[in-house]
Amino acid sequence: MTLTTQAADPADTGATLAEPSRRRRSLPPMSTKLAIGLTLGGLILLFGLLGPYVTQDPSLVHDYGLTGPSGSHWLGTTQTGQDVLAQLAHATRGSLTVGAIVGVLTLLLSAFFGVVGAYAGGWVDEVFSLFTNVMLVIPGLPLVIVISSYVPDKSLWLVALVLSITGWAGSARVLRGYTLSLRNRDYVIASRVAGEKRWRILTVEILPNLIPLLASQVVFAVIFAILGEAGLSYLGLGASGSFTWGTMLYYAQNGLALRLGAWWWFVPPGLMLALFGAALSLINFSIDEIINPKLRNQTRAARRGWRMSRQQLAKAKEAGL
Amino acid sequence: MRHLFRKIGFYLVALWAAVTVNFIIPRLMPGDPVDILLSKLGQRGPVTPETRKSIEALLGAGTHQPLWSQYTEYLHNLVTGDLGVSVTFFPAPVTSIIEQTLPWTIGLIGLATLISFVVGVGLGTLAGWKRGSWLDNLIPVTTMFQSVPYFWLALILLFALGSIWPVFPLNGGYDVYSVTPGWNGAFLRSVVYYGTLPALTIILSSVGGWMLGMRNMMVSTLSEDYLLTAEAKGLRPGRVMLRYAARNAVLPSISGFAISLGFVVAGSIVTEAVFSYPGIGSALLQAVSGNDYALMQGIFLVITLSVLGANLLVDLLYSVIDPRTRTRG
Repeated sequence: MTLTTQAADPADTGATLAEPSRRRRSLPPMSTKLAIGLTLGGLILLFGLLGPYVTQDPSLVHDYGLTGPSGSHWLGTTQTGQDVLAQLAHATRGSLTVGAIVGVLTLLLSAFFGVVGAYAGGWVDEVFSLFTNVMLVIPGLPLVIVISSYVPDKSLWLVALVLSITGWAGSARVLRGYTLSLRNRDYVIASRVAGEKRWRILTVEILPNLIPLLASQVVFAVIFAILGEAGLSYLGLGASGSFTWGTMLYYAQNGLALRLGAWWWFVPPGLMLALFGAALSLINFSIDEIINPKLRNQTRAARRGWRMSRQQLAKAKEAGL
Repeated sequence: MRHLFRKIGFYLVALWAAVTVNFIIPRLMPGDPVDILLSKLGQRGPVTPETRKSIEALLGAGTHQPLWSQYTEYLHNLVTGDLGVSVTFFPAPVTSIIEQTLPWTIGLIGLATLISFVVGVGLGTLAGWKRGSWLDNLIPVTTMFQSVPYFWLALILLFALGSIWPVFPLNGGYDVYSVTPGWNGAFLRSVVYYGTLPALTIILSSVGGWMLGMRNMMVSTLSEDYLLTAEAKGLRPGRVMLRYAARNAVLPSISGFAISLGFVVAGSIVTEAVFSYPGIGSALLQAVSGNDYALMQGIFLVITLSVLGANLLVDLLYSVIDPRTRTRG
């Protein structure tokens, strides 16, 4: 049923992959997008890792209250005189922790339900894909809100767990579609005929071909988790006693930072969220170009195919092609 | 026909799963929500035995009834439309609160999502058609908007357009002081005026995703042979773009539209919180902060049902526009 149509798409992307070296394709080509994404993401990661060691105590209260950026407090202070930069460092660590936990859990859950289900086939696939689709249509954040409102004291781990339970289904569906097409490729059938064991076909023949797709799904999961956690914390439903970008925004909102014009309080955490999200999407663009080579090669290939020079192509474009 | 039955069967299973999740969660959680709720109700006024019974059926009283009969009673209450009594808005029943708030959310979120979808798909078509144009280079910028969290964008817009240049009102759904709700011009104008800024945030933060998806599908579709044929036949570029390329490229966006609805609802809860918009998201948050479990469960159920319903609609529509899904079986 679905096999015939699913197989068509990756099969002809395989045909357009006409690069000489096979090995080079396994790593994304270093484009500006990827470089910017990696640098930005790396800097934020470093800030989250090392920042908490060099900044002041984020909870330390001073009696001078809300002050703007100055020499002693680079990003100013909150209403109770806490250093915003120190809070930002700890919040970065908190948010990245949630992202990392959810990334790993989503990887495991979606790989299990998507890849194993599709590979096993039969009723296992039917049940797994039904379960995945049901999880997909039940809206995530309302469910998270409902669950977390029943638990008064939450750890960061619990929040991450709930976020991954509600977030894995989309990735599983994508992985299932791709695995379905892979398991009917010639080389997989050949290795089955050669008498390889099922688990070996799965881990050695199929899984390596899924790595780019898995990577992009994990990146999506991390973005989703960090944004979801921020939303949850902003509503006051996050992990208790933790620092994340969302809790900073929650306290800024409650401390009337908007009305008082304290931009140094609510702009940095949001900006960090946006920058980190943008960095991860840029990395994902590059991974996308491996998965779907049409996005990358088409113009170059087309030009070569038509045997046109750059100037000729420009002329053709002007002519309204 | 078989395809249709399969679809409807799936949604029935999903419906049952949603209802059951709604039944299980309060029973799995630590603490005793029934006691909390009943004591809160007791402070507001006398609790009738019927109210107590319906709340017990909703949230699970505990020991004296087996789980199975609790489940049947819960289902019975759902079918008869009894979702319990709200504590926060005592003594209003949960259903009437949902009735009041749901139109606001559907109006705001539904319209904003549709506008965002149409604009995003339109721009994505153009960007994919003319690769490397300024519009195409704009896409990374719009996806940057997408990684900005809804509520932060809302806060910034509120700060800029509400506090610094007071163009738009800071919160609410309409001007409470000078207009009366109803089908009159002044009220509708006020609703549009108050809804512009929330809608703008939703559109700004979601349009990038549609644009990117559509652009990528356009690029993929443009390398198909039938497009070469269409061009070789000498059809007008506009016709090739819309009737040949865009019509096929839009299919994944439409099925993505169904999946994204859940996320839209989620994002809108936070957006409503920022703007204090009188929709269902704000009601959910009030329920959460007041430990109003009956209202909370009711709203979760309604949100899930609306997402399921919208998904079903899109699915049925999809099998009309893409005949391949019908023959696949």
